[in-house]
Amino acid sequence: MSEELVRLKIDDIDVRVPKGTKVVDAAKQAGIDIPVFCHHPKIESVGMCRMCLVEIGTPKRDRSTGEKLLDEGGQPQIEFWPKLETSCTTPVSEGMVVKVSSEKAIEGRKQILEFLLTSHPLDCPICDKGGECSLQDLVMEHGSGESRFLLEDKKHQDKHVQLGDLIVLDRERCIQCARCIRFQKEVAGDPVLAFAERGRNIEIVTFSDPGFNSYFSGNTTDICPVGALTTVDFRFGARSWEMDATASICTHCPVGCNLMLNTRREARANGRQVIKRVMPRQNEQVNEIWICDKGRFAHHFATSEERLTKPLVRIDGKLIETSWKKALEHAAEGLKAAGEGVVGLASGRVSNEDLFNFHTLLKSVGGRAILSDSQAGGELVQQVGVGKGTDLGALGAGDAILVIASDLHEEAPIWWQRVMGAAKRGATLVVANARKTRLDDYAGHVVRYRYQEAARTGLGLLQAITGAKDLSKFASDEPLKSAAKALTEAENLVIFCGVEGLTYAESKSLSDVCAAILVETKNVGRAQNGLIAVWPKNNTQGAWDMGLRPAEGDLEKAFADAKAVYIMAVDPVGDDPSLAESLEGDRFLVVQELFMTPTAELADVVLPAQSFVEREGTFTSGERRVQRFYPAVKALGETKADWRIITSLAASLGIELEDSSAAAVFLQIAEETEAYAEINYQSLAEFEEQWPPVGEEDLYYGGTTFKNRQGLGVQVAPAAEQDQSLKIQWSAPPEFKGKKGYLLVPVVELYNRGATVMPSENLHPRLASPVLWMSLKDAKSIGVIQGAQVELLLDGRTEELQAIAEEGIPEGVVLLGRGLGVPIAEPQYVEVRLKA
Amino acid sequence: MASIHTAQELDTWRESLAAKVNPDLPLITVCGGTGCRVYGSEQVWTAFQDELTNQKADARLNYDVKVTGCHGFCEKGPLVVIRPQGIMYTNVKVSDVAEIVGETIAKNKVIERLLYVDPQTNEEIKCEQDVPFYKHQHRLILGLNGLLDPTRIEEYISQGGFDSLKKVLTSLSPDDVIEEMKKSGLRGRGGAGFPTGFKWELCRQQPGDVKYVICNADEGDPGAYMDRSIMEGNPHLVLEGMIIGAYAMGAKQGYVYIRNEYPLAVKHLRLAISQAEDVGLLGENILDSGFDFTVKIKLGSGAFVCGEETALIASIEGQIGEPRPRPPYPAEFGLWGKPTNINNVKSWASVPIIIDKGSDWYASIGTETSKGTVIFSVVGNINNTGLVEVPIGISLRELIFDIGGGIPNGKSFKAAQIGGPSGGCIPAEHLDIPIDYESLQSLGAIMGSGGLVVADEDTCMVDFAAYFMRFTQEESCGKCVPCRVGTKAMLETLERICAGDGRPGDVDYLIELGEEIKRSSLCGLGQTAPNPVLSTIRYFRDEYEAHIVDKTCPAKVCKGLITYSVIEENCTGCMVCLRNCPEGAIQGKKKEVHVIDAAICTRCGMCMSVCKFDAILVE
Repeated sequence: MSEELVRLKIDDIDVRVPKGTKVVDAAKQAGIDIPVFCHHPKIESVGMCRMCLVEIGTPKRDRSTGEKLLDEGGQPQIEFWPKLETSCTTPVSEGMVVKVSSEKAIEGRKQILEFLLTSHPLDCPICDKGGECSLQDLVMEHGSGESRFLLEDKKHQDKHVQLGDLIVLDRERCIQCARCIRFQKEVAGDPVLAFAERGRNIEIVTFSDPGFNSYFSGNTTDICPVGALTTVDFRFGARSWEMDATASICTHCPVGCNLMLNTRREARANGRQVIKRVMPRQNEQVNEIWICDKGRFAHHFATSEERLTKPLVRIDGKLIETSWKKALEHAAEGLKAAGEGVVGLASGRVSNEDLFNFHTLLKSVGGRAILSDSQAGGELVQQVGVGKGTDLGALGAGDAILVIASDLHEEAPIWWQRVMGAAKRGATLVVANARKTRLDDYAGHVVRYRYQEAARTGLGLLQAITGAKDLSKFASDEPLKSAAKALTEAENLVIFCGVEGLTYAESKSLSDVCAAILVETKNVGRAQNGLIAVWPKNNTQGAWDMGLRPAEGDLEKAFADAKAVYIMAVDPVGDDPSLAESLEGDRFLVVQELFMTPTAELADVVLPAQSFVEREGTFTSGERRVQRFYPAVKALGETKADWRIITSLAASLGIELEDSSAAAVFLQIAEETEAYAEINYQSLAEFEEQWPPVGEEDLYYGGTTFKNRQGLGVQVAPAAEQDQSLKIQWSAPPEFKGKKGYLLVPVVELYNRGATVMPSENLHPRLASPVLWMSLKDAKSIGVIQGAQVELLLDGRTEELQAIAEEGIPEGVVLLGRGLGVPIAEPQYVEVRLKA
Repeated sequence: MASIHTAQELDTWRESLAAKVNPDLPLITVCGGTGCRVYGSEQVWTAFQDELTNQKADARLNYDVKVTGCHGFCEKGPLVVIRPQGIMYTNVKVSDVAEIVGETIAKNKVIERLLYVDPQTNEEIKCEQDVPFYKHQHRLILGLNGLLDPTRIEEYISQGGFDSLKKVLTSLSPDDVIEEMKKSGLRGRGGAGFPTGFKWELCRQQPGDVKYVICNADEGDPGAYMDRSIMEGNPHLVLEGMIIGAYAMGAKQGYVYIRNEYPLAVKHLRLAISQAEDVGLLGENILDSGFDFTVKIKLGSGAFVCGEETALIASIEGQIGEPRPRPPYPAEFGLWGKPTNINNVKSWASVPIIIDKGSDWYASIGTETSKGTVIFSVVGNINNTGLVEVPIGISLRELIFDIGGGIPNGKSFKAAQIGGPSGGCIPAEHLDIPIDYESLQSLGAIMGSGGLVVADEDTCMVDFAAYFMRFTQEESCGKCVPCRVGTKAMLETLERICAGDGRPGDVDYLIELGEEIKRSSLCGLGQTAPNPVLSTIRYFRDEYEAHIVDKTCPAKVCKGLITYSVIEENCTGCMVCLRNCPEGAIQGKKKEVHVIDAAICTRCGMCMSVCKFDAILVE
């Protein structure tokens, strides 16, 4: 949008807004509410509901000279347009006069409202939207109080139309504003909704199979201006005014979407607070006003009945409940006995405070703190991560984005949506992967490599960019060359570096190369530029920042060498059953968890931790934004926050850690971590007004996404902002040996069958299935017909799976989703045969 | 077929075509318009050909016979005109053909029983031009319709076709063309009447190399078929207009958006385009001017709203045919976001005529503010159903009585609906108003694209309005609320009134709804949809009140408000009505007075139509 300002008058208020602004938005900025239904500030206007009708006049001009005509007082004469105009489709113009509150305009809007009520059932007392419904609000404000339409005369339609497994449509309540249709098409990139029929018979339908097939479907319930769209999760669950709202951060992926948890005390939960729904909270630089369906619906794990509620210790080979005091004493004894032989393993699922204390404790006893997430590059993000103030939503023409070794749609849907948006705005998108992913459809350049050649491909790009002689053996032709050219020419460059199909060593090499490309093209150290690692967990970057490091592919040895192992928030045995052996025997094992995992079952001491909804803390997102989350519900049983458990354990070991509050722990983080030096809980809670306004009294305008009053978080500056002379040394990719059979590559599926998803039963119909994907050619040579059962031989065990052949999967490779019940840690060669 | 590269070659070809015509050879033109085809004109044409083949043996008789476009006088089809005399035969059947050849062609004898008889004077009229229906017309656009074989570009060229294009490409700059159009005063014939020259100028002034011109041939008004007839009868005229327009505006690509329900028009247009391409009048470097232009056909599927320009553009783009708000107007942001000019078939067809005869000449026809001619398809309760082209400004009385031949069966004129479902009705008291854009608007009607439906005294105006409301309501795309919901609310109210369930206040409610729909709808469909209702209320409010208050339908049309009964003194007990009643609602014995059971009667009117003794009363 151009910065040229236009002056106009709206209801006698002088307004100056950028050229191109629509009248309705100009009025909003001036504090004048024009009611809308179909208009949404994030979606292209269509002017179909006609609710925003206003009178519009423009300066009268002399037809021959084009000069403005003045009245007797020297003021421009205003010529009002004959009809009422929709303020959502009319752009402002210099000298325009808008009458929102004239009798004619008010009368016009009043009648539109009456039209809308001719089919609306007015079932507000049982409607989920009641209390936060724009139609209800507008009728209260403008409605005549009596209807000229008798109920029998109204159009009666289906009230429970299951659009998909997650969203239900009430056709009587629907006012056919098409916000949902247009959101799906323009914002979500999944155009799966449409109108069927025409005229008075139009109705919303879905034409995908399964119905409403989109990871973003829940957002339509936020922007639906009436109660037509509801989620199966919240439907008939509570009234909006009964619920408390607590700010939180999503823990399902590294995007760090800002959430609001709506809770209510319920008798059926024995008077405990329960989470009724998860709502997006506005943060324009992170998730705007959207969240994905996993974030919205997969929250039940946090309050699951299956949670651990009491400490357990192993007595006579059995885990039995005990007191915290005894459990901690027992754990401390075991760890003390191990001396320096303590190995700690934690994942990026937990908060910075937890990870900081974990790292400090292990450092204090002379042990080693290992990060379980097997992806390299955390220290590179610290150096050349995206600059402070980066907003993917502002990337567009002239900018470039490289996505390599990642399927963002499955791994981080909101990043996928924002990258797609940037591409639609004109950014050059380069997608490099070994297989086709959905982002290919928006890419200007698709680079297809073979699995195990991701790092070599990155080096090929680097070679094409720098022309360096020592890289000449990686030189490649099209399409790499033109992709490299696009990256070089871009004003801003953001690289998303994933880990699909990579071993740790490859991941190390690839992230080095990505960082080197950014340095060589001088796209570091400033906003809108830098490296984003597509981490497997929400706070993996935080774990790196707190000092944890991966085992570099040799977890088994680390365990084998340890005398005692302390595991927090990760289930290594569940992920790789072969590790069980190395954890058994004399080794003392302490597991701090939410659930009784396969790893916990082996433990000597099990410490029950709190989930993110029961406590406070901070997470650091993939864009390195530190954000706060707050306690929403009372803690389950005797559970404690991870950081506090560690403090208590440390105390039993005679080590003094901060025990007053999470905020105090964070002060220590800030003290010891240079990049976090300026941050504290107060600064993380700061906010500013954001555009568009959402969650206000005028719910019709931006929807029911919550306004952010709890903090936008602070983006940490990468070292490159200070150090301009930064150099990154690329590293050669590893050579692969022992190629035999098929390369089994684990891929990420959003709706996996992991412990954080399964407790949300609503998602069960949508869960990914454990299916072995293969190329058509391989299927033929194995003798697989679509859907046949095959046997997969890996690590000496045999897994039975259904096989599906699909185009776009490279030959010699079989793909299997992670977390679907067949554990696979890294890509490995396997044997595949048809089940006899 | 010739290949034309230069203006010179066009002239040469035209001369050679003219030279081939034998002026002494009798020419029989059989109307091939849709109306006449329905009556069997194709078979008539075949019969003439067969006759020719059969008679050729004695070689004494030779004549040329061809199927032309619509002659306009559809009421009397199939029409046959024999030239050079100009003898017009009406209602010609296959069985008449041998006689026509034997008498008129061979002996130059007129067959009187086939001549048109003026119902006013009862005189037989021999020549087409003397028939009152034609005499009062000014057929510019339709001028060649009765003369050309539309499937042959040669015929159009030999009649001076593409001469205007030659003039434009050899001697006029684009600005000159636009100036001519502005001076001619031509206003858009699609209905809105926006000055065509100004519209072209707006499009020409837009920056960018890619522009489009579109011919809107999505004629959808019930009963209107003039665009169809022009495309069926003279497609080259439309193409020539488009080429000239494209040159003036700087477009290289044109589209004709035509409904698939017009198969003959589509066929002829396709032929015309391919012939023009073959001879070089479409394509690259037309007449060596350096100007390139091609035309594509886009078939519509008959949605009325696709005649609205933004919906039409969406449809061409492959989107759902729904309108979008304007501004931006298509001149700035049209087809695929490029500057686009859309004109109606009649507007495009007027262009070559204006260039040929000059803007001054054209502007001399019509009124102060409305220039040129306008075509109406005159249907309903009128004697001479057909296509009529008249100078703008002619009175409604002339149109209906002089050209249209008045109302059949001695009934009186009640009202005329002008402008189709978007227009309004004009009652008898305003019969003398001049038909021009402003006058019609002042009376609540519009020029529209030329539909004219005549209602006689037996027409119930509430039912009449409901008919049009039903049409627009069914054709509403549903995108915007006032049209989607409001038209349905109006229709339901009208149906309620017709059914006898009208409530006090309904008329004011209809007015209120209508005004709101007009001022708040997104596109022209909704903005004009209430017009038939509002104008009938304006002139026939008493009829509405009679339905609502007195529960009677003065015209005895609305079934919910009428009852059929037997007039005892007239009934002979013949049992004809009893046997014909589909509901078994009539009781009676032979030679006894019959009785109609009102509870069973569905008011179908069958008894009345079969009774020979005027013994059925409706009240």
